[in-house]
Amino acid sequence: MNQPRTQPLTLYQKIWDAHVVSARQDGTCLIFIDRHLVHEVTSPQAFEGLRNAGRAVRRPDLTLAVPDHNLPTTPRKDAQGNRLPIADPESAQQLAALEANAPAFGIRYIGATDREQGIVHVVGPEQGFSLPGTTIVCGDSHTACHGGLGALAFGIGTSEVEHVLATQTLQLSRSKSMEVRVDGDIGPGVTAKDIVLHITGVLGAAGGTGYVIEYTGSAIRALSVEGRLTVSNMAIEHGARAGLCAPDEKTFAYLKGRPMAPKGADWDAAIAYWRTLPTDAGAVYDKVVVINAADIAPSVTWGTSPEDVLPITGVVPDPASFADPSKQEAAAKSLAYMGLTPGTPMAEIEVQNIFIGSCTNSRIEDLRAAAAVLKGRTKAANVKWAIVVPGSGLVKAQAEAEGLDRVFIEAGLEWREPGCSACLGMNPDKVPAGERCASTSNRNFVGRQGPGARTHLVSPAMAAAAAVTGRLCDVRELVG
Amino acid sequence: MNPVATIQGKAYPFGLKNVDTDVIIPAHWLKTISRTGLGKGAFETIRADPGNLFDSAEYAGSPILIAGDNFGCGSSREHAAWALDDMGIKAVIAPSFSDIFSGNAFKNGLLTVVLPQEAIDRLMEVAKTDPIHIDLENQTVTTPFQDRFVFEIDRFRKHCLLQGLDEIGLTLASSDDISLYENRLAAEKPWLAPSLG
Repeated sequence: MNQPRTQPLTLYQKIWDAHVVSARQDGTCLIFIDRHLVHEVTSPQAFEGLRNAGRAVRRPDLTLAVPDHNLPTTPRKDAQGNRLPIADPESAQQLAALEANAPAFGIRYIGATDREQGIVHVVGPEQGFSLPGTTIVCGDSHTACHGGLGALAFGIGTSEVEHVLATQTLQLSRSKSMEVRVDGDIGPGVTAKDIVLHITGVLGAAGGTGYVIEYTGSAIRALSVEGRLTVSNMAIEHGARAGLCAPDEKTFAYLKGRPMAPKGADWDAAIAYWRTLPTDAGAVYDKVVVINAADIAPSVTWGTSPEDVLPITGVVPDPASFADPSKQEAAAKSLAYMGLTPGTPMAEIEVQNIFIGSCTNSRIEDLRAAAAVLKGRTKAANVKWAIVVPGSGLVKAQAEAEGLDRVFIEAGLEWREPGCSACLGMNPDKVPAGERCASTSNRNFVGRQGPGARTHLVSPAMAAAAAVTGRLCDVRELVG
Repeated sequence: MNPVATIQGKAYPFGLKNVDTDVIIPAHWLKTISRTGLGKGAFETIRADPGNLFDSAEYAGSPILIAGDNFGCGSSREHAAWALDDMGIKAVIAPSFSDIFSGNAFKNGLLTVVLPQEAIDRLMEVAKTDPIHIDLENQTVTTPFQDRFVFEIDRFRKHCLLQGLDEIGLTLASSDDISLYENRLAAEKPWLAPSLG
């Protein structure tokens, strides 16, 4: 750790170098994985593979399993505290598989009715399982979320889940590095979600492909840790392998005392190490993109790719306005699917559904931001379905202690149990075909929230504003 | 994994950009605990249209798919690779792929071939009438019309595909290296072991 450095390094290079088990001549490295999060949907085939090959889990102590993707968000216990069955037999079977596989392979498991249950990407940081400078993987593309703590975190497929279970490593080639610097201060009504939507609009859905991005600049430094988790969470939406925010005193304060975080002398050693991680002055990135924070408005998507981002003050674009012919075709298809006409002001588009939740925006600060807009207001008559899904049981308990649940319920929204929910519509929470949803999730893909569902991605405050007005709405109209 | 050497046959001239894995296999198909049988859910939203490419008499069963930029973006679901494999697709040719999808495809012996847009445009034309030939050893895509496009591929991946190697087995051969690393880590960063909270 005290060796003199010959050249300045980026945060990404430092984490990479610290995790190389061995390197081959072709540049592929065997990379050690410090933390592995497992959920019910992408793990059954991996455990089956281990069983078929007679292999064990190499480091169950570095593995944490929690179901989240297809759990219903309706109550999980009856009035007597007995667990309620899951109606959908396939979902029940997947949950049962994880419940059996975790103890069979000696893996720590947070169960569906445990107080700590939640979305893997909310649970990891909340438990102090996710730490700065670590490598973190999960069979889920939003694993980049943990990069908000300064961890190299990325999503993997099921074969890689099996590979990590068996070996605690992955065979990887180093990605290119990109700095996305957001300079200046964001304005009123603009949140971490708007920053990352804006970045996705600037870079495009494939702009980060092949890169690990470090988000820097005063606007990122000014964000809370939860805000940084939101930004890193959507790194995959601009194609990046991972997204990182350098750890700082806010990160340490956030982690201190969390159940699985280091304690006592270990804690002191950990932060001494974490302080060496930020990118050195003079370190070179393969690419640098600079964004002026003042250019970022409360943002909303209009199409079926997360790159289809506009300020809420914008109008639905004309496909002919795009220079790239293939984008013109894609935009025309998107508008047909979304049922939108070019030139329509975004703030006039009516919504029938509201979803506040997902690994992007279901932490306590997200719920506070939504509640601040909803307090003393009620949802519009044309909003038929509006649900708030906390990211974990602990977030839910905290929100209830603060009375946020009452604010939501009094405003006419439903207060649900934690899980991934309507972000991907694997559980019963779906948006009906042809209807619109103002959603705090991360993807507006065709059919993502249910067959035919039309998704507009927004921040929690903007989703709350949409609930109140029944249309996509500039939150700055409601809160001055 | 079965070895991959050459792939020859009809190709779907699909061509769309930013094809996400929710489109390749919608989430409700992810409730399976098996790797097989997902072909019937592949491109479900597109196949809801009766005139779709995938079920057309000319193309159904083609082993090659030609797509636009950023194929396989979005979710990490390996079900996307399993679904393509299950519908008989052995290779996808596109100007770029999402990182996670190309990794998943590789793990399942599904070849991802990166070629520039001009080559894609040409292959889309050829695919309407004629077969396409992919040669992994020589890293070429050729047509009956003397077109010859050379593609790049990671050397390690090429080696594994040609030999049909089991990556976990390969890594486990380095088990001593992993143990050395773990011992060093335990000595240098004992705080990394998660507390048993």
